[in-house]
Amino acid sequence: MTFNELLPLAVLASSLIPGLLIFTLPESWVGLRTTLNLSGALVKLALVLLLIVGVQAGESYGVHFAVLPGLNLSFKADALGLLFITLSAVLWLFTTLYAIGYLEGAPRRSRFFGFFSLCVTATMGIAMAANLFTFFVFYELLTLATFPLVVHRGTEASIRGGMTYLAYTLIGGAVLLTGIVWLHHLLGHTDFAHAGIAVALGSAYDGQLQIIFLLLMIGVGVKAAIVPLHGWLPQAMVAPAPVSALLHAVAVVKAGAFGIVRIVYEVYGIEFAQSLDLLLPLAIFAAVTIVWGSFRALFQDDLKKRLAYSTVSQVSYIVLGVTLFGPIGTVGGLVHLVHQGIMKITLFFCAGNYAETLGIHKVSEMNGAGRRMPLTSIAFTIGALGMIGVPLTAGAVSKAWLIDGASAAGMDWAIWVLWTSSLLNAAYFLPILWRAWFKPIPKAWPAEHIVARGWRETAWLLLLPPMITAVMTLATGIFSNNQISPLSWVKLIAEREYIHESIIWTP
Amino acid sequence: MMVWLILLPLLWASLAFMLGPSRGVWLSIVGLAAQLWLAFALAAEIVGSGAAMHAVGGWGAPLGIDLVADGLSAAMLLLTQCIALPLAVYAHAYFKRDDPATTYFWPLVGFLLAGLNALFLSTDLFNIYVTLELLGLAAVGLVAAGGGAQQIAAALRYLFATLVGSGAYLLGVALIYGTYGTVSTVTLVSLIGADAPDLVWIAGGLMVLGLMLKTALFPFHFWLPPAHGGAPAPVSALLSAVVVKASFYLVLRLWIGPFSSLTVVASLVVWFPALLGTLAVFWGSYQAIRAERLKMLIAYSTVAQLGYLFLIFPLLASAGALQAGIMQAFAHGLAKAAMFAAAGTLIKATGQEMVAGLAGVAERLPVTLFAFGLAGITLMGLPPSAGFLAKWQLIELALSQQHWVIAFVVLVGGLLAAVYVFRVLRQAFLLAPAGSVVTPVPRTLEWTAFGLAAASVLLGLRGVELMQLVGVT
Repeated sequence: MTFNELLPLAVLASSLIPGLLIFTLPESWVGLRTTLNLSGALVKLALVLLLIVGVQAGESYGVHFAVLPGLNLSFKADALGLLFITLSAVLWLFTTLYAIGYLEGAPRRSRFFGFFSLCVTATMGIAMAANLFTFFVFYELLTLATFPLVVHRGTEASIRGGMTYLAYTLIGGAVLLTGIVWLHHLLGHTDFAHAGIAVALGSAYDGQLQIIFLLLMIGVGVKAAIVPLHGWLPQAMVAPAPVSALLHAVAVVKAGAFGIVRIVYEVYGIEFAQSLDLLLPLAIFAAVTIVWGSFRALFQDDLKKRLAYSTVSQVSYIVLGVTLFGPIGTVGGLVHLVHQGIMKITLFFCAGNYAETLGIHKVSEMNGAGRRMPLTSIAFTIGALGMIGVPLTAGAVSKAWLIDGASAAGMDWAIWVLWTSSLLNAAYFLPILWRAWFKPIPKAWPAEHIVARGWRETAWLLLLPPMITAVMTLATGIFSNNQISPLSWVKLIAEREYIHESIIWTP
Repeated sequence: MMVWLILLPLLWASLAFMLGPSRGVWLSIVGLAAQLWLAFALAAEIVGSGAAMHAVGGWGAPLGIDLVADGLSAAMLLLTQCIALPLAVYAHAYFKRDDPATTYFWPLVGFLLAGLNALFLSTDLFNIYVTLELLGLAAVGLVAAGGGAQQIAAALRYLFATLVGSGAYLLGVALIYGTYGTVSTVTLVSLIGADAPDLVWIAGGLMVLGLMLKTALFPFHFWLPPAHGGAPAPVSALLSAVVVKASFYLVLRLWIGPFSSLTVVASLVVWFPALLGTLAVFWGSYQAIRAERLKMLIAYSTVAQLGYLFLIFPLLASAGALQAGIMQAFAHGLAKAAMFAAAGTLIKATGQEMVAGLAGVAERLPVTLFAFGLAGITLMGLPPSAGFLAKWQLIELALSQQHWVIAFVVLVGGLLAAVYVFRVLRQAFLLAPAGSVVTPVPRTLEWTAFGLAAASVLLGLRGVELMQLVGVT
């Protein structure tokens, strides 16, 4: 096996092997478990860095194994996959740090971190899948590996949330499988390729391809929480905060959104999808989701539920960007895949901090939280402003590109959708900030678990990750034109995707 | 090699009976290990040089007995030995030293395996009958070996079903012999043509129905849940995983062998097993979803999973159908053995037979629950697992022959399986109620179940060799 074949497998192994080892560790071996977790995360980052350097230099990484005659488990690490891999690998490191702090002294940690690592492995598999079969294998593995995390607390409420999650994702998986097998039957393979593979079939199959597209979109739309398939996401917020971070930023909804990207760009091909009239309906569903999610968020008093509906809305920005036919929209959608992850993980880390430190679970309990926990609240504020799309944040960059993409594609209505959503985002985030910063501190917090010591308002492992991701939110916004920014990488992807168009970057 | 696969279990079974269970255990385990090696060697030989034949004692058919191993039979032999060895290790840890059941357990398992192995290698309808009886009686004995009143009742019901089944089969064989004067499956392939007399149709019908009764295909499944749900865990595992597959194997053999010309003439006939299979998938899953006792849930799951096997009959026009069937047989065999073994451990440790009593086992018995979960993944047909590959093959075959309904049944069946599997897992993840106790169990029990479950999942990552083996004719 050559180096270029081994590297993708090593990326998978860097979380799989620590995960499997952690399962076997006794509860009390904290030191070894932490070492395994962190060394896995760091090794993975190093490997991903190698991949980035290689792909930029034009190397191709891939490997495949025959599972059945004519059916391959195959991996490739291309520019698009690396976007997702890098996001997950970086955020995994911070989430691991956060989880170590969050779960300190809690029971069942070996199980938790074992499944946690499996989740990340599945995400890497999804990102590196080189055909729909492989994608599906890891997509379902992700479902299975997240279930024990969602029900981790073992209470009736968490089990109910977990069962709702399963009901949605397993049915979605069955629909997705139908579409994939059908496509495999028609084409004889489902390998991803630039500009798509479905176009090879000829116009006699247009009708079937439209139905297959619908099946595939329902399948991945469940995880991407597209309305009306989003019901599981607000329910799943009963999970511990690091799991929410995983669901909302690192893995699950991202896997759905990434699936949409792969299917539109590399199974159908954006130009062929446009000629089959597939993009506009998807854009409408995305638009409805964007507005509906923001609207529902307005009425949630539970902080994590409000954030969950916000995710419903924000993930569809990605989908909308994908459906805006044209490279600028593509850039806007793909870059939001990264930006949304960074911003949303900040918000969930902070929500976890409020709950763990002061017992705050509701928006109405947030009064004065900014004075008691200034650092957490600064991070939360940056994340929230980013979500609204305030300049100098990551969110502003995505929104600018999306709006330009919409006008370039001649879909001006989408611009209205984006502005409406921004307005709603402001309407549900600003009151939280107002309460946190300008309302007086209450006499007693709901349940103060961690007492402030000097500037350390809470445990430092809880504090550090949101501060870093908040800084990243600003950095990706301010330095978006830097050579190593997500935006530059996304431009590289878009250039490779639109082979028939010359691209002039306007914004 | 083939002869030894039959003689070896007979040998250790007899010795185990004479020497008693304490020494019999080790003889059995050594014998089973040797059988596993033989099965692998046979499979390797067949892949290398095609189907093999052995004339017992040097006398060829029609005077003597011919043993023939092609890809299909070698695969079934392999599956049987792969499951039997870990289950024997499990059983050794499962039964208490002075358990009266062990006196008969080891000899009966030996006779059962001898019957199975002989069945897979026979090419003679009458010899097959003999192996069926040996198999059936040994299985009934194993169900009754627990000695409880309920177990005896279940065993009697099972005895009735198995005797009626083999009776119908024997009647069919007699009619065939009366018509053609031979019982060799090889000769009969060329003799039975499309213009076969009605008597042959009746004979075929009797044989197939008798075997379906023994396979517990819906609506002939009535005997299975009490027998498999009531027997001691290692017995349930062995019966559910392997024994019911033997009669399925025979239906398939007859269908693609001697009766192949008949099924071509009456094209609608292929839908009969598929229809019953469909009903089995739905009814079995429904009952599993409702079952209150854990082992009954698993037994009804067997009824459902056997249904998938019969969905391949309308698809047999393409070569892939056989492979899909064998993949499903492997998936279910390994997973169901693991699941019954895991359930046995859970029940032993918690003292609770009900699904509702499982709260907290995720924390107390993680390895066993993991095994149960992995086996569940295979039964649901989720990737990566052998069950998933079987499902993938079935759906793709169904689409390519435009039998949409089969693809639908497979997909919905998988979701129904998820409902009953997660019914158990949901309960297991709940926090343990205060005051519940878990008796420590030997690690062997936990890890043998885990090994079987892991095998059913790992096969899903590499099915090429198995498919290659099945393709050898």
